[in-house]
Amino acid sequence: MDLFELIKQARENRRINEMIAAVPYAKLLGMNCLNLGEELVFILPVAESNLGNPTLPAIHGGVIGGFMENAAIFHVLGMIQTERLPKVVDFSLDYLRPGRFQDTYASCEVVRQGRKVVNVSVIAWQNRSDEPIANARTHLLL
Amino acid sequence: MMTLSRDDIFVQMQQIIPFIKHCELLGIDVLDAGKGCLTLALPYSDEIVGNTDTGVIHGGALTTLMDTACGFAAMSALEVLQISPTLDLRIDYMCQAQPGKAVIGEAEAYRVTRSVIFTRGIAYHEGEKDQPIAHCSANFMRLDPEVVSPTESQSEK
Repeated sequence: MDLFELIKQARENRRINEMIAAVPYAKLLGMNCLNLGEELVFILPVAESNLGNPTLPAIHGGVIGGFMENAAIFHVLGMIQTERLPKVVDFSLDYLRPGRFQDTYASCEVVRQGRKVVNVSVIAWQNRSDEPIANARTHLLL
Repeated sequence: MMTLSRDDIFVQMQQIIPFIKHCELLGIDVLDAGKGCLTLALPYSDEIVGNTDTGVIHGGALTTLMDTACGFAAMSALEVLQISPTLDLRIDYMCQAQPGKAVIGEAEAYRVTRSVIFTRGIAYHEGEKDQPIAHCSANFMRLDPEVVSPTESQSEK
């Protein structure tokens, strides 16, 4: 079965973890998704392989970015009836606090859905969602 | 204070970057380095694929490549290598990377002020720099400017 067919089937009951399992890079990061009613919370469990600065220690900024980018894609796949895998056009990330060596969470919001492009806002946090470690916005081509 | 030579910087980058846990996982390698500039390579691997139908790598892996390239270009722009936290990072994806090919990430620190280091970079396949895969710009904070600036003002004279 091709990837998008699998994603379409997984979308029916919002089985996001099945989608994640089908994307090698998302699996490499070790992320997963928690369905809370109509909300999706993405989780990046702590992993030594995701470290950037070993002395602090801190999660690699690129991993935080990659995790949030994935979160935006899976959020859109779960929430919007797309006809193909969305493509990231641009991704802009503000780092607000250091990403410490602990579990990281992310949630997304579709800010605006146009005909071809969707604007998604993503926040990532560790201890409390009102103390984000990063926020991002991205445009995805549908 | 001795200024680091181009070779010193290259050796230092080779000693640091491939051993950062996540860079090691992705196999990121140092191709070239100098003061305020850095070129890295991200090898192709099935593990960083974003779309298994096409074999195209995930943009997130490019984010790590470019964040690392810009971050260490920023560090090497200073007189003394110094950790510089990322303020922000923006990536524009112009075209998809080709399956099976390594991606080169080239970054430069184009402006260093008392508090901030401004960097930019591009990602491309070897020999196809005129067809970039992605553009990136990232800004970094300088820590303890009052400690670092006396050295810098001397070297600028």
